[in-house]
Amino acid sequence: MATNKVTTRPAPGAIERLYAAFDDPRRRWALYAVIIALLLLAPPVVGRYGTVILTNALLYVILALGLNVVVGFAGLLDLGYAAFFAVGAYTTGILTQQFGFNFWLTIPFALCAAAIAGVIIGGPTLRLRSDYLAIVTLGFGEIVRIGARNLEITGQASGLTGIPSPSVFGYTLTGPTTYYYIFAALAVLAVIAAQRLLHSRLGRAWLYVRHDEDAAEAMGINRVRVKLAAYITGAVFGAIGGVFFAANLGAISPQSFSFQQSVLVLMAVILGGMGKIPGVILGAFIVILGPELLRDIGSLRLLVFAVILLLIMLFRPSGIWPGRRS
Amino acid sequence: MLLQLDDVVLRFAGNTVLENIRFGVEENSVASLIGPNGAGKTSLFNCITGFYRPQQGSITFGGEELLKRKPHAVTRLGIARTFQNVRLFREMSVLDNVMAGQHCRSRAGAFSAILGLPSQRAEERRVREICEECLEFVGIADEADRIATNLAYGHQRLVEIARALATQPRLLLLDEPAAGLNSSEKTELVRLIRRIRDERGVAVLLIEHDMGLVMEVSEHISVLDHGRIIAEGNAETIQNDPAVIEAYLGQDEDELELT
Ligand SMILES: Nc1ncnc2c1ncn2[C@@H]1O[C@H](COP(=O)(O)OP(=O)(O)OP(=O)(O)O)[C@@H](O)[C@H]1O
Ligand SMILES: [Mg+2]
Repeated sequence: MATNKVTTRPAPGAIERLYAAFDDPRRRWALYAVIIALLLLAPPVVGRYGTVILTNALLYVILALGLNVVVGFAGLLDLGYAAFFAVGAYTTGILTQQFGFNFWLTIPFALCAAAIAGVIIGGPTLRLRSDYLAIVTLGFGEIVRIGARNLEITGQASGLTGIPSPSVFGYTLTGPTTYYYIFAALAVLAVIAAQRLLHSRLGRAWLYVRHDEDAAEAMGINRVRVKLAAYITGAVFGAIGGVFFAANLGAISPQSFSFQQSVLVLMAVILGGMGKIPGVILGAFIVILGPELLRDIGSLRLLVFAVILLLIMLFRPSGIWPGRRS
Repeated sequence: MLLQLDDVVLRFAGNTVLENIRFGVEENSVASLIGPNGAGKTSLFNCITGFYRPQQGSITFGGEELLKRKPHAVTRLGIARTFQNVRLFREMSVLDNVMAGQHCRSRAGAFSAILGLPSQRAEERRVREICEECLEFVGIADEADRIATNLAYGHQRLVEIARALATQPRLLLLDEPAAGLNSSEKTELVRLIRRIRDERGVAVLLIEHDMGLVMEVSEHISVLDHGRIIAEGNAETIQNDPAVIEAYLGQDEDELELT
């Protein structure tokens, strides 16, 4: 067993050493300060188009952190995550545009709808093995999208338009810069929430169940309940993203919630190294900004991007973020 | 009796693994379950803890029927276990592993964790203290922050025991806790088992192949062979029981550990 220690600790590479430099709490706070400053100063620097792209990246940070609860923490596959995003967006869209609700009032409804969707997808599927789970969640995602495309209330294929902009204290929230800051704030809150969850009773339970279901049960953990909690939590993150997505665009359509979106979010989580919060954040930025940065090379950009992703996965199969070593 | 099994029958596809088991563990005692490989000892543990569903019989713990309960509900009632092959949670620290045991004794959910409510923080502190005390008790408090699966094998076994103790049980089931330990670690284990009974008031039921250890630590021994209890009593009775000697002599040479 003594050899165990040696084999599980490979010599630290350049990336590991860079990360290790931020183990010290004071340096870490300095890093947080720099990140916040960058977030605040970005819009004037990157311009209007850049701001829109960054807003999208921040949305994906929220979505990826939510999916990370399901996939990364609890180890459950979910190929239909965009469904929860859609539930949030459509709840807000329908209630504001068709029932004249105030935007802020739609948020509790959206969260409840997402939680119910989480129970619907989680309840019957939690006893399934992971390969079945993949199929069922994929199907759920498609059902929600196809439902939205065919129902009267969701505006069918053309979706909902003219969703009114929300306002605070008489000030109407419009324009890319405003939404950039809203999404920046939401993303920061999502990071804090994910971090707190990870270091909580429930967060640990997710990891136990992911690593060894039987041992977790033997320790008194109700695996079905804990997994259900993961789906509901993930769904709530997705719905919050959807609610503000609808407010930002003022229009939503089934295309925004396709299987591709689910895959893109999942890609961010896997790239970031399932369960590692900083990695998942980075993954979300890579997934959104990557194709944009490669825009100059024209039609080949998605191909080049795919090759880069493949290379990353080849050289760092457990994600870009390193695991614990001690 | 704290734990009482009556007429328990367990079959797998027509193959009878446990046959009319009648068996009890007294409050505050150390009892052992011995028997050759494949006798059904681990299966008996699995029946008690809700992992296996016996076809017949009853298992009561402190007057409560266990038979229809899920494993997590059995643990919550006060029965904790370790596994024959160490099953620690990979990539997690020793303390995080032990904190699994406190899950069923705490209640904070997602909402209070995200908001960081005072009640949630206080509960986290309490859980941490209880688990640190459990690590202290088994003697590996200084390794609390290391990755559990990187510890020396003997210490990994101790983490499992600490994790089980963290559920604050009334009965602790240990499945071959001495397997793979050296002789000084075994001496320590005997002392630890006694302290669990005396200082914590927890009854211990032990599955073990090391007869020296079993004879030294148990007040009561039951011998299982081919799914039946063939003998019961204290160390002396068991050692002189012809049926027991017969059961063990029927085994391979290298399995003989009667000392
Ligand atoms: N899940 C199962 N399905 C089918 N047969 C099983 C199952 N679990 C146990 N058995 C059978 O029950 C018998 C008893 O196994 P068990 O693991 O309880 O023995 P044991 O006394 O713990 O042995 P050992 O000393 O080797 O640990 C074996 O023949 C085994 O094949
Ligand atoms: Mg066994």
